[in-house]
Amino acid sequence: MEGSHAVAEAAKLCRPEVVSAYPITPQTHIVERLAEMVADGELDAEYLCVDSELSALSVCLGSSAAGSRVYSATSSQGLMLMAEVVFNVAGMRQPIIMSIANRALGAPLSIWNDQQDSLSLRDSGWFQLYGEDVQEMTDQHFIAYKAAERHDVLLPGFVCFDGFILSHTYEPVDIPTQEEIDAYLPPYVPYNKLDAKSPLSMGMYATPDYYMEFRYETDLAMQRAGNAISEVGKEFGEMFGRDYSMHTESYRMDDADVAFVALGSICGTVKDAIDEMRADGIKAGLVKIRTYRPFPAKEIAHALAGVPKVAVLEKNISLGTSMKGIVGLEVKDALTGTGIDVYSYVVGLGGRDIRKKDIRAIAALAEKGEGNMFYGLRTELL
Amino acid sequence: MVDKSLELFDCGHRACGGCGPAMLARLMLKATGENVIVVASTGCMEVFSTPYPETAWKVPWIHSLFENAAAVASGIEASLKHNNRTEKVVCICGDGATFDIGMLCISGAFERGHDITYICYDNEAYMNTGIQRSGATPYDASTTTTPAGRMSTGNALPKKDLPQILNAHGASYVATASVAYPMDVMKKVEKAINTPGACYIQVHTPCSTGWGFDGAKTIEIGKQAIECGLWVNYEMENGELKKAKKILRTPVDDYLKAQKRFRHLFKPERNAEEIAKIQAIADANAAKYNIDIKLKE
Amino acid sequence: MALRIGAAAAPGRAPDNKTGSWRVFMPIVDMEKCTHCGTCTLACPETAVSDEDGEIRFDLDYCKGCGVCANECPAKAIKMILEEN
Repeated sequence: MEGSHAVAEAAKLCRPEVVSAYPITPQTHIVERLAEMVADGELDAEYLCVDSELSALSVCLGSSAAGSRVYSATSSQGLMLMAEVVFNVAGMRQPIIMSIANRALGAPLSIWNDQQDSLSLRDSGWFQLYGEDVQEMTDQHFIAYKAAERHDVLLPGFVCFDGFILSHTYEPVDIPTQEEIDAYLPPYVPYNKLDAKSPLSMGMYATPDYYMEFRYETDLAMQRAGNAISEVGKEFGEMFGRDYSMHTESYRMDDADVAFVALGSICGTVKDAIDEMRADGIKAGLVKIRTYRPFPAKEIAHALAGVPKVAVLEKNISLGTSMKGIVGLEVKDALTGTGIDVYSYVVGLGGRDIRKKDIRAIAALAEKGEGNMFYGLRTELL
Repeated sequence: MVDKSLELFDCGHRACGGCGPAMLARLMLKATGENVIVVASTGCMEVFSTPYPETAWKVPWIHSLFENAAAVASGIEASLKHNNRTEKVVCICGDGATFDIGMLCISGAFERGHDITYICYDNEAYMNTGIQRSGATPYDASTTTTPAGRMSTGNALPKKDLPQILNAHGASYVATASVAYPMDVMKKVEKAINTPGACYIQVHTPCSTGWGFDGAKTIEIGKQAIECGLWVNYEMENGELKKAKKILRTPVDDYLKAQKRFRHLFKPERNAEEIAKIQAIADANAAKYNIDIKLKE
Repeated sequence: MALRIGAAAAPGRAPDNKTGSWRVFMPIVDMEKCTHCGTCTLACPETAVSDEDGEIRFDLDYCKGCGVCANECPAKAIKMILEEN
C-alpha cells in the first residue's frame, strides 16, 4: 500500500469526527484518500475543504474544543503558515494529531524531503514521532491519539514521515481491523469542553502573574507525554506484536566504535551501510530516534554509553550555529560529561539522495574527528 | 423563547466606562440565551472580559487567535452538527479582526456556508492596541497610524464595505445595527441565530476613548452617526435589501465636530473641501439604501 | 487556587473585580420623574442599573460612573454628581 494511503487508513480507524486539511505536496494523497472514504461512507466524518492551512488547524481546534476527535495533515510551507495556530493548540491543550509529510522549506522552493519543517516547531509543545518505514508511521498514529488524549497529557502531536520517500512508496503494511483499534483506542473524552450545559471560557488571557505557571504546566505535560508514549507503545506491542515502548531503537550498538543517530527513513539506508561496514570490520551502530519530543535524553545517553564517536545525520540545518544540526545539539547535551565526541552532518537537504557509501564516508569523517559540516555538496556550484 | 431578563455578561469586566462593545456583549447574550457557544477574536472585548481567571462570560466561550475566529467557529459547528447538538455558534470580533487579518478565515467560513452568526463590533479602528487604523476606519478619521498633521487630513482610505462582500458570498442574512438602538440589535441577533446558514451582523459600537468623546454619550454619538447617514442600519436577506432605517437627515458636521478624531477638520477653520467629501459619502449611502424620509411639501 | 489548563475558567470570578472604585461621578435618580421605561437598565454596560420594587437602583460596587444612563434617560430623571469620598 502506498504510504499516504496507509496513513489515511490509520486516520480512518481512529474515527475522527472532523477532518480538515489543505492540499500540499506531498501530503495530498492522504487527504484525497480520506475524502474518498467519506464520499463512499467508509468514514463517518465532517470533511471540510478549507481556505488555507491556517484555517485547517483552526477548524480542528474548534472541533476538538467542542469535543470531537479530529485529524489533519500538512507539510513544509503549510506547517509554517499555520505555525501561529500550532503554538496556540498546544497552549489550549487540545490533543490534535497531525501527520507531517516532511518536506524542505523555501526559499528556494522545494517539494522534496528533509525534516526542517517539523523540527522548526520543536519548541511548540507538540510531541513528535518519526517513522522509519510505512509500518512504523502507520502504527505511530494509533499510539499518538492514545497518548495525546490521556488526561495527564492533553497535548497535540506530530506524526512525521519523510515526504515522497515514505508517503509515495509502496510497502507491505499490516493494517489492524476496526475492532482491534476500537479496543486499543477508546472514544475521546475531552477535559475542557465547550458545552452550554457546563459553561467554560477557554483561551483567556494571562497576565505576568499567571503566564509562567501555564507554561510550566505545559512542560510538565510534555514530560508526562514521554511516559505516556512508552506505556501506550508497550500496550500496542502486546496487542499487535510490534513493540513501541522505547523512544529509540538501537541497531548493532554492542561494542560500536562509531554510532549514527538519525530520524526517519534514512535509518533504513544506515542499517544496510552498517551491515556492510561490520562485514568489513568497522564497528558501526545506529541509534534511531522515534520520539524526538519530548527528547529522550536518558534513553539516548544509555544507548550511546561508551561509544567514542557519534555521527548525527541531520536532514535539517540551524543556520548560524556552529554545530549546524538541530538534533546534534540535543544529543550532545544528553552526553554532557561523558567525553563522547558528537558531530553533526547536514545531509539530504531538499531531497538530495543519501547512499550507503555516503554513510560510510561520514563514519570515516567521524573517526578522524571532522564534523559539524555539510556533507555531499556539489563544489562545482560554489 | 429566550428569557431576555437573563444577564449572561457579568459585571466586573474591565471595559472603559460607557464602552459600546460592552453594551453589545450584554445585548447579544440576551438575544442568544444560554444555548450558545461564543467564539471571540483577540481584541478589546476579549481582553476586557477575560483576564485569567475572571471571565465575564456565563456561556461557553473560546478565544484562539486574532484572525481565526471564523475558522474556529466552523470547526465547532462541524462538531455540533456531527453530534446533533443544538447550541448556536456566534462569533464576536472587532473590526480589525474581521475586516483585515480575518478576511481569509471569514471568507472561507461564509463560502462553506456554516450555520454560524458572525457579529462584528465595529468601533472603527484597532482600539485594544491603541487606536490604529483598520479597514473599517472612516475617511479622514485621525488614528495613531493615520494621524492628522500638516501633510494629512487623517485616514485617506475608504471604509471597506464588508457587509456587501459577505452578501456576495451568499450569506443568508446580512445586517447592520448600532448599540444606539438596543432593541434593534437584539432583534437582529435573534433573527440571525435562527436563520440557517452563515449570517453577518455589523454593529456600530462607538468608542469614547478611541473617537474622543465623553463616555456618557456613546448612544448619543451612535444616533448622530445614523442621523447624518454615515452609518446606515439595514437588513439583507439572500442578497436582497429588505429594510433600511429611514431618517430625517442632518448634515455631517455635528457628528464630526463631536469627536476628537475628526476635530482637525475644523481647525484652524472648517475644511470645506474634506467635509464635502465626507458629506458625499453620506449622500451616497442615503441614495444607495434609500434612507431619506421625504417630507410632503 | 490551582490553574485550569488551557487558560480556561468557569464563570463567576469577574465580579471579584469591583469596578465601582473607578468612579469619579455617581448617578442619582429622581423617582418622581422616572417612567420605568427601561432605557437605563438596558443601556448600562456594567449591568449595574436595576428597576426593583418600583425603585431604580445603582449597584455602586460596579458602577463606573460613565453617565450613559443619565445621558439617555428620556425623562431626565438621572443626574451625575461628583462623588464625595
